[in-house]
Amino acid sequence: MITLTSTLFFYFYRPSEMHRNKRQNTNEIMKFLVCISKAPDTTTKISFTDNSTKFNNDKVQFIINPYDEWYALVRAIELKEKLGGTVTVLNVGAADNEAIIRKALAIGADDAVRIDAEPDDALFVASQIAQHVKSETYDIVLCGKETIDYNGSEVGGMIAGFLDWTFVSLATSLELNGNTATLNREIAGGHEVIELTTPFVLSAAKGMAEARIPNMRGIMAARTKPIKVISPVSAEKFSSIVSYELPKEKSGVKLISPEHPDELVNLLQNEAKVI
Amino acid sequence: MTDTINRQSLRGGEFLIQESFPADTFIPEELNEEQRMMAQMADDFINNEVLPVNERIDHQEEGLMISLLNKAGELGLLGATIPEQYGGFGKDFITGTLLTEKVGAGGSFAVAIAAHTGIGTLPILYFGNEAQRKKYLPALATGEMKAAYCLTEPGSGSDALAAKTNAKLSADGKHYILNGQKMWITNGGFADVFIVFAKIDGEKFTGFIVDANSAGLTRGEEEKKMGIKGSSTRQIFFQDVKVPVENLLGEIGKGHLIAFNILNIGRLKLCAAALGGAKRMATVSVQYATQREQFKHHISDFGAIKYKLAEQAIKLFTIESAMYRASKQIEEKTHSLLASGMDYPHALMGAAEEFAIECAILKVYGSEALDYVVDEAVQIHGGLGFSEEYVPARAYRDSRINRIFEGTNEINRLLTVDMLLKRALKGQLDLMTPAMNIQKELMAIPDFGANDETPFATQRKQISNMKKGILLVAGAAVQKLMMALENEQELLMNVANMISETYLCESLLLRIEKMKENGIANQEHHDILNVYLHDASDRFHFEGRNALASFAEGDELRMMLLGLKRFSKTEIVNTKESRRRIAAKLIGENRYCF
Ligand SMILES: Cc1cc2nc3c(=O)[nH]c(=O)nc-3n(C[C@H](O)[C@H](O)[C@H](O)COP(=O)(O)OP(=O)(O)OC[C@H]3O[C@@H](n4cnc5c(N)ncnc54)[C@H](O)[C@@H]3O)c2cc1C
Repeated sequence: MITLTSTLFFYFYRPSEMHRNKRQNTNEIMKFLVCISKAPDTTTKISFTDNSTKFNNDKVQFIINPYDEWYALVRAIELKEKLGGTVTVLNVGAADNEAIIRKALAIGADDAVRIDAEPDDALFVASQIAQHVKSETYDIVLCGKETIDYNGSEVGGMIAGFLDWTFVSLATSLELNGNTATLNREIAGGHEVIELTTPFVLSAAKGMAEARIPNMRGIMAARTKPIKVISPVSAEKFSSIVSYELPKEKSGVKLISPEHPDELVNLLQNEAKVI
Repeated sequence: MTDTINRQSLRGGEFLIQESFPADTFIPEELNEEQRMMAQMADDFINNEVLPVNERIDHQEEGLMISLLNKAGELGLLGATIPEQYGGFGKDFITGTLLTEKVGAGGSFAVAIAAHTGIGTLPILYFGNEAQRKKYLPALATGEMKAAYCLTEPGSGSDALAAKTNAKLSADGKHYILNGQKMWITNGGFADVFIVFAKIDGEKFTGFIVDANSAGLTRGEEEKKMGIKGSSTRQIFFQDVKVPVENLLGEIGKGHLIAFNILNIGRLKLCAAALGGAKRMATVSVQYATQREQFKHHISDFGAIKYKLAEQAIKLFTIESAMYRASKQIEEKTHSLLASGMDYPHALMGAAEEFAIECAILKVYGSEALDYVVDEAVQIHGGLGFSEEYVPARAYRDSRINRIFEGTNEINRLLTVDMLLKRALKGQLDLMTPAMNIQKELMAIPDFGANDETPFATQRKQISNMKKGILLVAGAAVQKLMMALENEQELLMNVANMISETYLCESLLLRIEKMKENGIANQEHHDILNVYLHDASDRFHFEGRNALASFAEGDELRMMLLGLKRFSKTEIVNTKESRRRIAAKLIGENRYCF
């Protein structure tokens, strides 16, 4: 999937096209859209149902995908606090996702949009989000660099594709000066600095901001902030999941004392069967 | 259940003579989304900001505790239950309990925040006049000001009213002049405001609000403690400290009302904090047990270890059931007092006073459950449990104080019985009629009645029998010993334990019943109920036997022992299999999961 991301990145980042499709920013204020998805808490025991074709949701504690929350959402809120503007969070999912949506509102987003559909295909999700973005006047769309469940890293690039906006993947910082943005990206052996103007889509990586714990006031305010529910537009799903498989359980680590190299060789040969 | 809807809610201590129903209790499974979000916030704060710096806290690194309290203030944790008009968030009592539990996992920090929000802040909320509330509460709610509570002195601990600190009105009538010495003052090293108890003219025990920068107020050295080493504990000295008369708290000569009422809520809160700390250690225990291998097995495969893991969970789940039950009782009583026209602070205080017996039980059993859990956490870790490099050692040391402060467990056990008997004497609780009925029941042929086949019938029967057993033992003791009962502390301890076991058993049963009604009780929940009731009946019988034998003999004793035995009956349970199932669940989830 990494290749896909970078392909998209190079495609949209061709300098000659930097300003193509540049929309006149009629917003008085900067409008951020942060796309959040839900993911199982990292301590979840993963299991499957329906002959290993469905993820077992039972008793799973869901959280906001950390890349979306810690980096994309918090940075958008920081910029809003510093420069003014509004932060909207968007989730494609069923009604029971509203718990994680309200957490995002508690952290400081102003309002939310939930597109009422099962998010089981990246292209489908991206097309839903893009449709919504077209109907509004957002300046920057922020995603996390990947979700911690399926790790697809696809949605951000696809949204940009649908909108014909610039996409910056794996951004580790975001600064704004009017509608000019400066971003950092980690690249092999260093980082690159990118400057571009709004509108654009980015995917946020570690470093862009620090996790924020919502405070009491935020949690109480979240109850009264609007969550707009919109119906999905029809879109084709190009893929479906046919089966899941759990990794083999790791057996315990065996420590062999340096005095017994023969035992080590024996185990490597006969038990681990690697030599 | 429709017939239960219009029943009056129980009064404090009344559980002993009345039946309770699932609808009467609150179970943590019913917490709403906002409460869960707040709990998560407190959890995240403790896990991300406090526990990683525990070592530095314990070395009392300059300014660290203060900055953490400030952060807690920013998050709203210091003002959660303070009414909004005084700068807080006006959250309900149950939310307050929940947040205290979550913060309770934080060791020394938990003690500091509890002292600030509890014994430090509440006296002003409950007993302060409007001007005092307006002046102090907003700053206490944000943490801009930190508070401490000065009751104990070198010569007066449990016997708090024997304090020697003296207050004398100045000649111009503008100040009280305080002289004396307070000891063991939590947050003493950095508090900006002290609630101080002193006797006006050596007689009238009275509360004062004393600003820390008052001339003549000095702080002693930090105490060198066994545990909660990061919590500041100092002596505070008062030498001709001038306290403006407008800082007198409550009424002259009514300081005991402040001191004792604050403790009621403090005791429930201590239980909550202990529970939070214990849940964390239960998780630490199971995570170590599933990872450590000996004899080519994870030690969690061994029955002896499974027993400990299960027992930790059984104790915690049970105390939690009682704690939320009492929290709901206090919450409801607060509402009914509010409806009768009281202001919020007085309503809440009145409610806590009403359930002072339940609060005392929770304090004792909460602190003892924590002690059990940390002790077994050390044991499960083997040698590493004894190493300061691992988590259990600190938790073990930190736990111990809970049986000492907020009234020692001895004092709280004595209070449990004392308060009940006092209420009976005042006619608030009719213990007499049911006690007489029991004597009649014992003389009659046992009623083998038709078997009740409804769910939980045997458990309900056991609990109603336990209540009879208490009335049997306590009733006979009162008749026999009259005023001399006061001197028979061993017997009072026995009775206190019988009362407490009964309250815990019933609270647990109500929770499981309610969970079953809501379709969320699984096999392991039933196991917890069955094991706890099974083992409690033996403990109950043991206490009762010792009590009876201490004042009766011969035929009379034999007769009462037979009665006690009848009232201690329980269903025989394969506790081994039940504990194994509970342990399997914990091991499967690799954390405390009930
Ligand atoms: C770390 C720490 C923090 C503290 N923080 C504060 C604080 O912030 N503010 C404050 O005011 N105080 C504080 N205290 C004091 C604490 O509340 C007292 O230590 C406690 O009430 C016990 O008093 P004592 O130490 O004088 O023990 P004592 O009262 O001397 O008790 C000694 C033993 O005798 C038993 N005993 C006493 N009387 C009776 C009786 N009538 N019947 C049967 N047994 C009895 C006790 O249960 C105990 O086992 C703190 C103490 C500690 C250790």
